[in-house]
Amino acid sequence: MTHVKRSLGIALWFMFLTLPLMVVRVNTVSREIEWRWHNMALVGICAFAIAWFWQFSIERRMSKLAQVSNDKHPELKKPTWTQRLAADPVLSRRVLIAVGALAMVFPWLVSTGQNFYHVNVMVSALIFVVLGLGLNITVGLAGLLDLGYIAFFAVGAYTYALLAKTFGMGFWTCLPLGGLMGALFGVVLGFPILRLRGDYLAIVTLGFASITKIVLENWDTVFGGAAGIANIPRPDFFGVELTGREKAVYTYYIVLGLVALAVLVTTRLKNSRIGRAWMALREDEIACVAMGVDMARTKLSAYALGAFWAGLVGVVFAAHNNFINPDSFTFMDSAMILAMVVLGGMGSILGVIIAALALKLMPEYLRAFAEYRMLVFGAVMVLMMIFRPQGLINDMRRKYEYDTAEREDDDGGK
Amino acid sequence: MAANDERKKLLEVSGLTMDFGGLRAVDNVGLDIYEGEIVALIGPNGAGKTTFFNCVTGIYEPTRGDVKMLPPGRPARRINGMKPNRITELGMARTFQNIRLFPAMTVLENVMIGRHCRTSTSIVDAIFGGRKAAAEERESIDKSYQLLKKVGLAEVADEFSRNLSYGAQRRLEIARALATDPFLLLLDEPAAGMNPQETHELDALITRIRAEEKVAILLIEHDMKLVMNISDRIYVMEYGKEIAQGTPQQIKENPKVIEAYLGEEAHA
Ligand SMILES: Nc1ncnc2c1ncn2[C@@H]1O[C@H](COP(=O)(O)OP(=O)(O)O)[C@@H](O)[C@H]1O
Ligand SMILES: [Mg+2]
Repeated sequence: MTHVKRSLGIALWFMFLTLPLMVVRVNTVSREIEWRWHNMALVGICAFAIAWFWQFSIERRMSKLAQVSNDKHPELKKPTWTQRLAADPVLSRRVLIAVGALAMVFPWLVSTGQNFYHVNVMVSALIFVVLGLGLNITVGLAGLLDLGYIAFFAVGAYTYALLAKTFGMGFWTCLPLGGLMGALFGVVLGFPILRLRGDYLAIVTLGFASITKIVLENWDTVFGGAAGIANIPRPDFFGVELTGREKAVYTYYIVLGLVALAVLVTTRLKNSRIGRAWMALREDEIACVAMGVDMARTKLSAYALGAFWAGLVGVVFAAHNNFINPDSFTFMDSAMILAMVVLGGMGSILGVIIAALALKLMPEYLRAFAEYRMLVFGAVMVLMMIFRPQGLINDMRRKYEYDTAEREDDDGGK
Repeated sequence: MAANDERKKLLEVSGLTMDFGGLRAVDNVGLDIYEGEIVALIGPNGAGKTTFFNCVTGIYEPTRGDVKMLPPGRPARRINGMKPNRITELGMARTFQNIRLFPAMTVLENVMIGRHCRTSTSIVDAIFGGRKAAAEERESIDKSYQLLKKVGLAEVADEFSRNLSYGAQRRLEIARALATDPFLLLLDEPAAGMNPQETHELDALITRIRAEEKVAILLIEHDMKLVMNISDRIYVMEYGKEIAQGTPQQIKENPKVIEAYLGEEAHA
């Protein structure tokens, strides 16, 4: 009831505020004042509905929170659909196969000989999926903030561009080299900031990305300056000449492979000694080192591995675009990738993939709303922080299998 | 205690001093621990007990003094200034007064972090998942699970540690510390926040751990009944200084201790 009252108050207030704008209009031709009362009604109804919905959602969220804090085993009680999926290996395998098959046939379904726009869009989106998965290691798993992640992407892209143009090296030789260069720069960045936390970490990583961009812009004898590097060769396919469409599809499969690889590697690491150390570092640094985990080594490996994926996919980016310049690697991109990790749910692989696809594909297909892009982006961020601060998908922890025989034996002993 | 002199010494702290700016939190404190002992460190709040722990375990670097570790079967090491993880590797593990678990990890995973320094799977091993890595992982899980059974948390192994009760969290911290295979275990107020029943069980648990895990234990504790019950020797601190040491009986009768420690309790 209080909701209705309060919403009514808000609606009245809005009606009053918008009165001069929405209701009163001076018709300059007939020199009359028009009173558009129906507009006022409209404003009132809309404001009321929004205010009511807002309060309703807040209350629901609060009661849910209260419930959770009363509940000793919230995870056990109410499995979400992702948890149910993960708990059922047959079902999850089927879903995985279906998604995989769809991803395989996708480029042939949406492209024709002349028009392969959708494939190219998907390639860009998948590149960002890999970037999201990479940053997920550094930020999501190890909890190390990195606002300059795009710099490693640039390192990979320029590595390929330079090696291919000056030494004529092929795409497949450069792919691992780009990844390794990314990892190397990850360590280079990681060393000086081992002891930093929070705000300081944010500033230094931001600075690192700026320095990278400035070097690329100004050292034009090597990196081509602001004009960048053009005519970068496309990925080669055993020396076979490909048509435009085939090239796009081929690149699509390459990135798709990298996505699969990134998912596989991250999953493996997450459930290993290394991944657990990363997470422990994220949860409590002091407890982590007190339990015998080498902080320096753990942090550096998280930076290096995160940067590795950026470097790797940077090579693909350069090859896919034919052309790179420093403007391809702005702070906005770093922020975008970070948003993918945060929106997706820190540490959650599935969440990051969904968030990355959504954040890259939506603006592409909603060009009509291009002007409101940032507005919508901001609104989504704010709403997410209010209603799902943990991200789209909760990071699930694997259930380890221990000897059940021993377990029963133990129960019997009690 | 004459009997102690024949036993092997495990930890030797002498002249330990820790300054925070103008505040001398620990002032010239010495302490020895011998094999198989349970030693208690008591004193009023703010006496510098936790700071002493932090200096010994490498969280702080002491202003002055010596901390020497004598691992059984290995050469003695001076450990002040060493990183905490190195000290843990050498065989000293601890728990925290203000519980420091990894809340978004499961109970079992919390303990498995303790196994980190005793395992060696590298990034490459983890990615390619060879037989050695799998075996090591298996061993890690089994050992951790055994420890959970020991502290009575096997049933909640898959829960997030943040969902545990206070007492259970303290026991989980003990299991996690034991997972590092220590020969010395430092417990900072393990009974704080526990109810009398839980405290009673903790009493039995600590004695059992000493016997089964072959660790010597140094514990900070305010619960006098627990301390007097299980300790072989007691050190008393006040305002950073060590004011007494001896057997529980000696400490009970020490007038300085009665004034400093029990006096405070009478006021409180
Ligand atoms: N990191 C620190 N910086 C400054 N002062 C500290 C710090 N840690 C502890 N102290 C001070 O040292 C004194 C001893 O604290 P502590 O060792 O926690 O006492 P206890 O554990 O015996 O209750 C207190 O006065 C406390 O305020
Ligand atoms: Mg204390």
